[in-house]
Amino acid sequence: MSERSKAPFSRVRVGITGGRLLSLLRTRTIVALILLLLVLVAGIQLARPGTVNAIWISNMLLFAAPLGIVAAGQTLVMLTGGIDLSVASVATASAYLMATHSALGVAPAILYGLAVGLVVGLLNGIGVALLRVQPLVMTLGTGLMTEGMLVVYSQKKMAEAPRVPQFIEDLGAGKFLGGIPNDLIIWVPIAIILIFVLRRTGFGRLLYAIGDNSKACTLAGIRVWRILLINYVGCGLLAAVAGLIIVGGTDSAELRLAEVYLLPSVAAVIIGGTSIFGGRGGYSGTIVGALILTVLNSILTLLDVPESVRQILYGAIILLLAAAYTRLTD
Amino acid sequence: MSVPTAPNMGLAKRLRRSLRRDPGLFSMPALLIVSLAITVAIHPQFSDFDLQSLAMGALPLAFAAAAQAVVVISGGIDLSIGSAMAVANVLAASAMEKTSFPQSLLLAVAVLVAGAAIGALNGLIVIMSRIPDVVATLTSGFIWGGVALVILEKPGGGAPQEFLNLGTGTLFTTWLPNALVLLAVAVGTIWIPLRRSKLGLQLYAIGSDRIAAFRSGVNINRTRFAAYVFSGLFSAVGGLGLTMTTGIGAPLAGVYYTLSGLAAVVVGGVSLAGGRGGMLGPVLAAFVLTLIPTDLIFLNIDPNFGQVIQGTLIVVIVMVGGFVEMERQRK
Repeated sequence: MSERSKAPFSRVRVGITGGRLLSLLRTRTIVALILLLLVLVAGIQLARPGTVNAIWISNMLLFAAPLGIVAAGQTLVMLTGGIDLSVASVATASAYLMATHSALGVAPAILYGLAVGLVVGLLNGIGVALLRVQPLVMTLGTGLMTEGMLVVYSQKKMAEAPRVPQFIEDLGAGKFLGGIPNDLIIWVPIAIILIFVLRRTGFGRLLYAIGDNSKACTLAGIRVWRILLINYVGCGLLAAVAGLIIVGGTDSAELRLAEVYLLPSVAAVIIGGTSIFGGRGGYSGTIVGALILTVLNSILTLLDVPESVRQILYGAIILLLAAAYTRLTD
Repeated sequence: MSVPTAPNMGLAKRLRRSLRRDPGLFSMPALLIVSLAITVAIHPQFSDFDLQSLAMGALPLAFAAAAQAVVVISGGIDLSIGSAMAVANVLAASAMEKTSFPQSLLLAVAVLVAGAAIGALNGLIVIMSRIPDVVATLTSGFIWGGVALVILEKPGGGAPQEFLNLGTGTLFTTWLPNALVLLAVAVGTIWIPLRRSKLGLQLYAIGSDRIAAFRSGVNINRTRFAAYVFSGLFSAVGGLGLTMTTGIGAPLAGVYYTLSGLAAVVVGGVSLAGGRGGMLGPVLAAFVLTLIPTDLIFLNIDPNFGQVIQGTLIVVIVMVGGFVEMERQRK
């Protein structure tokens, strides 16, 4: 988020207007991100005239929503200087558990899915906040556990094929009012609440404070462990919600369903201007980051290159964006 | 340890010091012996064949652990090791098909160079882009995964039988698998000279305190770069090991080794904070982690629980390490 970005004016040695533009981009990084997004969209339109229309935009939003929601949890965690590598496993497990319990009815099935996020998030929180395990190791461990459990569980459940309920399918793939994606009903409130919480509430301020200097927070009498615990549970729950939307979109619960979301979830946050060392950034940047990555994906699909080349280009562009961003704000 | 030891230091004191420096040095052999004993206890007919398959199974993982250990000791992390191994694996398998044994050995050297080049690129990316290494290598790993798919789209390829035999055969007796010899030779010839050199000391120095190392005249960026090059080199050896033990190249086979290699490093007593740990711990930890699913199969339990146990093991060991550290600081 722009208001927290540092602006080292001393390093601006370009001409007056260039300098002003640069410092504008540095202080209001979100402007730069939105510009980049617009450039990408314009590029698509120039390369394939007629691609950008209402349907395309609504599809982009539809695809961006699950990524935006996983990245929301990742933003929370990264603001405190952590990282959550278990989000993809959680999303997959949530989708799978929901699909295998769909016979119970939609609501209980969804609760089963969310329970995964709650349990893994709680484990992560206990490990990181109370037992002081490095977030990377803790979430790596719980990710491996979740994945292993899921494989064991899926083999026990062979007889009962997972089925995605109609409600979830509508949520993950449907649109209303002639083109507004249904999953925005989930994403928009989450986004509004998150931005409000981060900017206007004590909890949000504490997240930044902990990310900035966790020791100072402890000395100031803040119960850091409590904030971190809530934070990781929140991240787990958001990943679980995203898993439900993802499976609604693909309509089949597979064991590697959400694996592809791990890298983009981290990349969207980094591109969105949240520092991995914590204390700097916000969710509005992440939203634009998620949109940029989704549009990028769409461009690469339009290029019609093999999956392998697509993967290389996607990774390379993420590196370039992240590097440019890190250099711009450093 | 290559650090000069005062000659008048008592043996007990010296032991305690090396234990503090590298907790894996003593605990890992003990843990390996215990887990081997457990294996023999639940599977009394443990034979030379079981030992061979253990060595074959652990070979790629041990190299992945070694690759990760070099970077972690220098205070970084490399999440692209599995993909780098995959690239080496498919490079070897697609180039070595229908070649003679001497040719395949030459190609193996070329693959090692390619691995070092991948590591060098990783290092350049991390240093030049200033992106935190977790994110940079997570992304570059994604790219290397794509490269592996470009080289070989579907599992296939092969290598001459004599080459495969380097990883699957035995030496002198059936109780000495080639894989063990290969592992000892490869890790020994790369790591021991490195550890005893100036560069080795610098790796530990930048891992334990980067600012102090800088002020002592260590070139931080060059040392970090070197760590990634060695990581790429070890990954390439691991990829060759994968080719030897599986006989083919598979573009997706490496994925598993990134996280499991990191698990072996953590279990093997290398501190993720950097600067502490050695090479013996991670390599032996690879054997322990390979034994877990084997034991589960002997016990008629779903071997997929192995991954759950692996995850639990990582977390528990780091927690215990954290507690020990806290206690020490309190004293």
